[in-house]
Amino acid sequence: MTRGIAALGAALSLAGAVVLHAVQDRSAPPEVDRPELLYVRSAAVIKRAALGYDGIVADLYWIRALQHFGAERLSKPPHTPTYSLLYPMLDLTTTLDPYFSIAYRFGSIFLGEAYPGGPGRPDLGIELLKKGLAAQPAKWQYMQDLGFIYYWHMRDFASAAKAFQAAAEMPGAPTWLRPLAAVTLAEGGERRASRALWQQLAQSEEPWLQGAATLRLAQLDAMDIMEAWRQFRRERGVTPPLPPDPSGTPFVIDPATGDITVARESKLFPLPGQIQPPR
Amino acid sequence: MNAARCVAIAVFRESVRDKVFYNLVLFAVLLVGASILLGQLTAGQDVKIIKDLGLAATSLFGLFIAIFVGINLVSKEVERRSVYPLLAKPIRRAEFIAGKYAGLLLTLLANMVVMSVAIYVVLYFLARNIPMQIQTAWDAPALDPALLKAIFLIYLNLAVVTAVALFFSTYSSPMLSAIFTLGVYVVGQFNADLKHFDRIVDSPAAIAIARACYYVLPDFSKFDVKLAVVHGLPVSGTYLAVTAAYAALYVAALLFGAVLIFSRRDFK
Repeated sequence: MTRGIAALGAALSLAGAVVLHAVQDRSAPPEVDRPELLYVRSAAVIKRAALGYDGIVADLYWIRALQHFGAERLSKPPHTPTYSLLYPMLDLTTTLDPYFSIAYRFGSIFLGEAYPGGPGRPDLGIELLKKGLAAQPAKWQYMQDLGFIYYWHMRDFASAAKAFQAAAEMPGAPTWLRPLAAVTLAEGGERRASRALWQQLAQSEEPWLQGAATLRLAQLDAMDIMEAWRQFRRERGVTPPLPPDPSGTPFVIDPATGDITVARESKLFPLPGQIQPPR
Repeated sequence: MNAARCVAIAVFRESVRDKVFYNLVLFAVLLVGASILLGQLTAGQDVKIIKDLGLAATSLFGLFIAIFVGINLVSKEVERRSVYPLLAKPIRRAEFIAGKYAGLLLTLLANMVVMSVAIYVVLYFLARNIPMQIQTAWDAPALDPALLKAIFLIYLNLAVVTAVALFFSTYSSPMLSAIFTLGVYVVGQFNADLKHFDRIVDSPAAIAIARACYYVLPDFSKFDVKLAVVHGLPVSGTYLAVTAAYAALYVAALLFGAVLIFSRRDFK
């Protein structure tokens, strides 16, 4: 057999296999919504199986966590986002690499995000950050994030102020943390303190965090507009027209409460507490 | 020692002839490909992941070379019977073993130098478009010289693995040598468990055996500072020196053992 015939044979066989594959795909039944799997959930087992390559295996789980979060967040019906693997993956990531700051910081934000934009589990976000603080007790950024979760998601202003105060006392912490703790304690629940917090996060070095902070600031603006709308209705006794929210989508009336709220189509949906995850 | 040098150079040339360095092409493709893909996948952690990937690949590729070339160093010569004319020449068996070992270490060194340069080049290109404001927030700079500490310890790790493979290669077949060496490598990763065996077993004899294994078997976790350097944590010069001394003593013990076994072998 000449080399030419052998090369031709190889090329034709491969082309045949590719065509057959494509034909099979066309006649295949429609894809069903299969849940994503995490075969090994034990961090101790994974750590041993990594055989010293903990860092790169942690990176793989981090990438998987990001993909899982993104896929669930952007999923369309009939799939119901559950984010069920998010915390196990973040837990594996941070057990394999206990110094993986972004996994703690972004992970806690992802976990705290209100449903359906996230799992709505700030309690797990707190657990993750406490794990980070156990690994790096002097990391003020984790303590700051802890305060943020207490403030924004749990509405626990006393714990938030305590966390901001603790963060402010850590070495290398920025000076603005101390007044933030005071403001949080004095104005618990007020949007002014919340805005101050997000404005600080908007100056973060991470583009993703900047984006999240910009969105939250727009949500706060929306809440201000909603408050003004309510006040107008209350004082004048007439229902004013619905203005557009800061993203440009008009507000709507919630049929259940008769109150003003952001539309589902809005980039600002859902506002904190607007929708609850399925239990 | 002249004879050992000749054997070492012959081993290095053979590695080149056996296309061992083709792994460098794969390494380069892996690093460059990953650096292009990671930006889309990792939420701004490209540099950290490239460091992890570069160090892991350096270690893994080196490990494959150390084991799969190491196990053949002596046994192949015996199987091919090329050891007969070689030992008929004025070369002592100890020089033969030392030369074989040094040759593979030279191959690994050349391999690791190229890989290290490749890691720094990829990191340079990855970091140059990232604003300084973001870079200052990283745990460690992109072109962190401390990466060399991790690479140095990876090299020492490979030197011990090579010595283990060579040791088994002096009296066993390549297949068995590969299994034994991999076994020692895996057990060496779990050494800390042997130290704390008393937490799960009550038998004093079992605890004593586990404790003895803990001290006798190589502790490969000592050579792993990859996470520490990637996160900019300090790795002291004392630690490097003590670990290097540990590796040197362990390698010496294995080479003496290999020489002892090889000297007693009868090739008539």
